[in-house]
Amino acid sequence: MNSERLSGRRLRSGYASLAAHGEPWVWLTASSLSLAIAMIVGLLAFIASHGAATFWPVPQDLLTLKDGRSLLGEVTQREAFEPATATSAGHPARRLVRTGAAAGSPFEWIDDTTIAATSRPEWGTVVERLDAGRLHGFPRRLLHGETVVAEGPAEVWKAFLVEHPAARSRHRRAGRIDKQERGDLQRQLRAARLAVVQAGLDAGAGNSRQAEAEVREREVVDRVAEQEKVLDEETERLRQRNAGWAVEFSTASGETVAVPLDEIVRAWQPNRLSVTDSLGVYLSRWGEFLGDDPREANSAGGVFPAIWGTVTMTLIMAVFVAPFGVLAALYLREYAGSGPVTTAVRVAINNLAGVPSIVYGAFGLGFFCYVLGAGIDDSFFKASLVADGQPTFGTGGLLWASLTLALLTLPVVIVATEEALSAVPNSMREGSYACGAGKWQTIRRIVLPRALPGIMTGLILAMARGAGEVAPLMLVGVKKLALELPVDGTFPFIHPEREFMHLAYLIYDVGFQSPNSQAARPMVFTITFLLVAIIALLNVTAIWIRSRLRRRYVAQQF
Amino acid sequence: MQTVGETPRESGDAGRHGDRPAERHPGRQAEPPTDRLVAVAAGHEVDAEVHESVLQEPPVLEVDRFNLWYGAKQALHRITMPIPLNKVTALVGPSGCGKSTLLRSVNRLNDLVQSVRITGDMRLNGDSIYDPRMDVIELRKRMGMVFQKPNPFPMSIYENVVYALRIDGETNRGVLDEVCEGSLRGAALWDEVKDRLQDSALGLSGGQQQRLCIARAIAAEPEVLLLDEPCSALDPIATGKVEDLIQELRGRYSVLIVTHNMQQASRSSDYTAFMYLGRLIEYGATPDIFTKPILRETEAYVTGRFG
Repeated sequence: MNSERLSGRRLRSGYASLAAHGEPWVWLTASSLSLAIAMIVGLLAFIASHGAATFWPVPQDLLTLKDGRSLLGEVTQREAFEPATATSAGHPARRLVRTGAAAGSPFEWIDDTTIAATSRPEWGTVVERLDAGRLHGFPRRLLHGETVVAEGPAEVWKAFLVEHPAARSRHRRAGRIDKQERGDLQRQLRAARLAVVQAGLDAGAGNSRQAEAEVREREVVDRVAEQEKVLDEETERLRQRNAGWAVEFSTASGETVAVPLDEIVRAWQPNRLSVTDSLGVYLSRWGEFLGDDPREANSAGGVFPAIWGTVTMTLIMAVFVAPFGVLAALYLREYAGSGPVTTAVRVAINNLAGVPSIVYGAFGLGFFCYVLGAGIDDSFFKASLVADGQPTFGTGGLLWASLTLALLTLPVVIVATEEALSAVPNSMREGSYACGAGKWQTIRRIVLPRALPGIMTGLILAMARGAGEVAPLMLVGVKKLALELPVDGTFPFIHPEREFMHLAYLIYDVGFQSPNSQAARPMVFTITFLLVAIIALLNVTAIWIRSRLRRRYVAQQF
Repeated sequence: MQTVGETPRESGDAGRHGDRPAERHPGRQAEPPTDRLVAVAAGHEVDAEVHESVLQEPPVLEVDRFNLWYGAKQALHRITMPIPLNKVTALVGPSGCGKSTLLRSVNRLNDLVQSVRITGDMRLNGDSIYDPRMDVIELRKRMGMVFQKPNPFPMSIYENVVYALRIDGETNRGVLDEVCEGSLRGAALWDEVKDRLQDSALGLSGGQQQRLCIARAIAAEPEVLLLDEPCSALDPIATGKVEDLIQELRGRYSVLIVTHNMQQASRSSDYTAFMYLGRLIEYGATPDIFTKPILRETEAYVTGRFG
């Protein structure tokens, strides 16, 4: 009897052992993790490889076609394809050549079977122009007015390297004068004009204060006119010195194109570059990308205003969301009793996290811009509204966008903070009470420091979510192009009402709204790469702070 | 040993600290049980045996007909006991008998539990603890408490010790330094930590952490020191150190200590109270309780034959 039962159990244990040891579960959990990692790493690697490769100079091919045409350009893509008319043998393939031709599309698909010859000419040059896209050609002559300074590729290139930096820096200087100093004068004029309007609004038209303001406005107008004259002379002088300088290129199709020297951003001969030279071009293009304003409908040049806008907005958002979220969670966890109301509030907060972000955008537009902003305009910036119908705070801007995103990420912070607070051992609270501390003293001195790492985690999540958000921003202040940064040298230095640029919106704009999508595509990858890098940087900083806090407050017990 | 029914009862005893003798015998009217613990378990009220020696001591804390309920469940039944001044009083009894609840009632930590309801009162040096006008924060400042598990705060050793002074707004560095050193010396921890006062308290060993908690509890010169099984989470060596410390505190502080360890109670306390299921069963000088208790139930418990 006994032995029978024993053997029965042994039999069962044979079947049960697999489940008991849990081997399948190890495999199941491990494989889901590897799948997740593969997807994440794959996505990041895809973005990183495309994003980082954008600025590396690729070789330039000279294609001679069977129909006699020649093309000079970079091959950006190759693929197999199904030709309309069935060709004889082999695998039909074609390549996408970026020719930057003046007429027609700057990109052209070339069927491999139509190519007669391919070569890589030494003096083929890629010219990045300020606003007409790229030019592929051979340097022919360097002109200064009617004089030919240099002729022949080598000579031209040598002279180009000498003359180009100076011409560029004169051009930049003139541009800076136009943008900043003239902008400054315009702002002074506007301020004086608004002062007149404001005086009229304050005390009725035609009173003494308005008269005074008008006198002052005239003074400002005179002063600005004088200063403009100085600036005009300066820019005229700079432009005169650049005038006449041009480089003539002959293209593959035999035309001659003259490019003014100061409109060449940079030029290089891809087939002559050594690795070091390539690196130089690469870094110079990255430098422009990170530090300059965009050109050509955002599809070239830099994204500095967008970097600036993204970082500033995220930080302002964190500054708003952290105190509100933490205080709300503190009340929920430390003060509010447990009951149906508290539960309902918790459920509501969790539901808020699931509301589509565009709804927050609509709310931000309706409440922040049209109610709060309009109210502010009405009481403080009425002159601008009356004078030229231009709202100051009553439209999208950095402040409203930050507030909208703060609202959007509030649930994340509240939930994470609540978790962190509930993880503080009750024994610590009791110990504090037993020392005669009040509730707030206990929270401030014991609970909050101890919960701080967890609160930081919530903030990190919130920042990551906020920095990558696009939809609500389109409604509350992000613009395709906004070169005036919200912080600059003009009084009062911080302009939270200004519209701004944002990397995530730029991805959408460059990738899907661009007239020249082929040329813009590499930029999309690079911007994405940059956005991911910035978010990662913000996160790493926050994680570093958190780990420092954790070492300080939550060290191992025993 | 005498059975419960035959136990001679000093008439003066009841008159001295239970004002209404008639109320003290509800259990007897129902039936005279042969075993007090059985009677208690059956829900009868049983009178405590309080030795004469306890009543002769000047009390620092008087528990007066104290009842406590967690929701509908009564956890303490008419506890009446004086805690002698500058003596160590141990509370012993099996788990769940209400020792910790009683201790936590002294500094009103049970106020934090929402479902708690009490009747009766306690008096600290004559001031009613449960008087509605009593400021509970001021009250807690007059006591120090050490918990079962060491619970140092997430701050430096120094800040841990002077915590009670900090929350009182004391900023004079000289005073704080003095209190810190005095308390750490009092808790026999000074020599071990004097070179790293600014280090995190969480880096100390368990025994050191518990002595730090004691230092924290004595920093504000409490009138009563409440120790809730201070050694239960410590290894034997750390336990020995804490026990030595209690010996040193003896005579300087009034200590009320909850313990599961009979040896600890017999070694380190002056008076011992035996509790069972929320009732005080017997309370007297420690040698009496351990060598010649009035009740055989007490003897059974302290010698380990029960509980």
